[in-house]
Amino acid sequence: MTDDNEKNTGGAEPNGTGNGSGNGHGGRRPRRVIGTPAPAESHRLLSQEREHEEEPDIERAGIHPRPEKSARRAEKIVALFFTLAFLAGIAFIVAYWVLGVHSPEKTRISNIGLGATLTIALLAIACGAVVWVRRIMPEYEVVQERHPLNSTPEEKKAFAKYFYSNADDSGFTKRPLLRRTMMLAMAPLGLLPIVLLRDTGPMPKNKLRHTVWKTGTRLVIDGTNAPIKASEFDSPGGIITVIPEGYEDNLDELAKATVLLIKMRPEELELPADKQNWTVDGIIAYSKICTHVGCPAALYEQQTHHILCPCHQSTFDARKAAKVIFGPAGHPLPMLPITTDAEGYLVAQSDFHEPVGPSFWERGSVKS
Amino acid sequence: MKWFTALRRRPIAGYAVVVIALALVGVAYSTLSSGGDPAEAAAAKDASQQDIAKGKEIFDQTCATCHGLNGEGTKTGPSLIGVGAAAVDFQVSTGRMPAMNPGAQMPRKKPVIQGEQVNQLAAYVASLGGGPAVPSSDQSDPKSGNVQLGSQLFMANCAQCHNFAGSGGALTEGKYAPSLKESSPTQIYEAMLTGPQSMPVFNDSTLKPEQKRAIIAYVTQTRSEVNPGGNGLGRIGPVSEGLVGWLAGIGLLVLAAMWITARQREQ
Repeated sequence: MTDDNEKNTGGAEPNGTGNGSGNGHGGRRPRRVIGTPAPAESHRLLSQEREHEEEPDIERAGIHPRPEKSARRAEKIVALFFTLAFLAGIAFIVAYWVLGVHSPEKTRISNIGLGATLTIALLAIACGAVVWVRRIMPEYEVVQERHPLNSTPEEKKAFAKYFYSNADDSGFTKRPLLRRTMMLAMAPLGLLPIVLLRDTGPMPKNKLRHTVWKTGTRLVIDGTNAPIKASEFDSPGGIITVIPEGYEDNLDELAKATVLLIKMRPEELELPADKQNWTVDGIIAYSKICTHVGCPAALYEQQTHHILCPCHQSTFDARKAAKVIFGPAGHPLPMLPITTDAEGYLVAQSDFHEPVGPSFWERGSVKS
Repeated sequence: MKWFTALRRRPIAGYAVVVIALALVGVAYSTLSSGGDPAEAAAAKDASQQDIAKGKEIFDQTCATCHGLNGEGTKTGPSLIGVGAAAVDFQVSTGRMPAMNPGAQMPRKKPVIQGEQVNQLAAYVASLGGGPAVPSSDQSDPKSGNVQLGSQLFMANCAQCHNFAGSGGALTEGKYAPSLKESSPTQIYEAMLTGPQSMPVFNDSTLKPEQKRAIIAYVTQTRSEVNPGGNGLGRIGPVSEGLVGWLAGIGLLVLAAMWITARQREQ
């Protein structure tokens, strides 16, 4: 080890004992630690550092310079990247003026132009920088030291002594009235945020259990708002989305009240006894809101009579009162009992008999 | 094989394998998923006895195996009595019939029976028991349709299966709703009228002819709309965008991170 080398590495010795002491620790820790700040005891000057950098032939411990030949090749690559970045940057400015942004069509093209040139410019700078670091800058061996984070027993003891003596001096331990009223004063402050939770919204009350469907409400086609006659909805395999008459533009209510109307051959239906008279000649009405998390379940396959929900693949059998046959839904789609009025139009017999949409905790409890 | 081993050990080899694999998957996908040519639907014409006779000839040769000699249906094919000329025109002009394999899902393919023969076949099947006729070109003319109404009706009744831009989507047990990108206006009208395969029926009294025309206008207009900001990624919604984000975006970031931090070979 030469004198030069000794001087150079000693400065970064982490315990800061100064030059020449490194040999004493030789077996236990590396002699040069790079990447950790030099201790304040070091009196090295920048100018001294520079002198050594001008002597590339001297290999410093832990630093491996790149072979000059490959570094020179890499230099050209980096220069190429940086030139590309420069050209792309200029192209960005040119694209801004040439392509213009004053109409939707122009903006569309200029978005592509500006985005592409900026991407190339930034990417080329980044690529150049990475090649520079990896192929030209020397490779360093870095040792990172880790010290235990906990305090020594002496420090802990001293702190405890200090803490308790101050607690005694303040009167906190000695004067219980002071201590108790202070805690009393703070208790409501802890409760305040819980009280404010009430403001996150009004309670739903029985809104979840009712929709706007009433006895005699006509079913109208979503989009045209035309009422629909049972005699006209007569092609087996037919479906149509219907909404309650009078609420065509009330999106809040329609979010619960939208219904999928399906026509099948009457003999295909296999309904439980209590729902036998909820249909009109094979026309059957189900809530369109999936009972899982409320997506519109309306992918009806007329051959299998499956209603599929696109969100999580819950599948309902439209023949059997929308029994769940696959997927995460917990309940069948609620069925809207329908009949016809004097003019032959389809109307609701009543509201749904159970809450529509996703299940909730109290779903099965007292009806209101 | 020495040259190969040497090649394999080069640092670039890992990236090259990833890029080649991605390219292969892409090529395989685009080859397998390419559809048939769009077919021009034939216009409806008056069915003469001659047409019906010719249609029966075609029927006996190409359809009777599955649908029965009199269109009464067999175990492999449904009855065609009462399906009407519109159903025949739809199935045959989109190439779905004659089918290669009987099943619930009929893929669109290059039509086998074309031109006048479609009309003759349709005339014969209509003569078996009536049913909806092929719509006139005026009924399905997208130019006179109300696009706004069409969009409302499409969102309420079609988009759940065919996607908001008509790109199609999955159904149960491997079935799927096809893309509407290649469908002619007449075919869209016929599909609504007859409910082919899994599709429900929308008869003319529920969705009036001018409402069907509005839906056709919406579908065709959506097809011709430009995608703001570049590639529409098949217009299947956030799924494709997410996939590209994951595979291409994060994949590239991972490759870049590997490049930046890779340990270098000993000099």
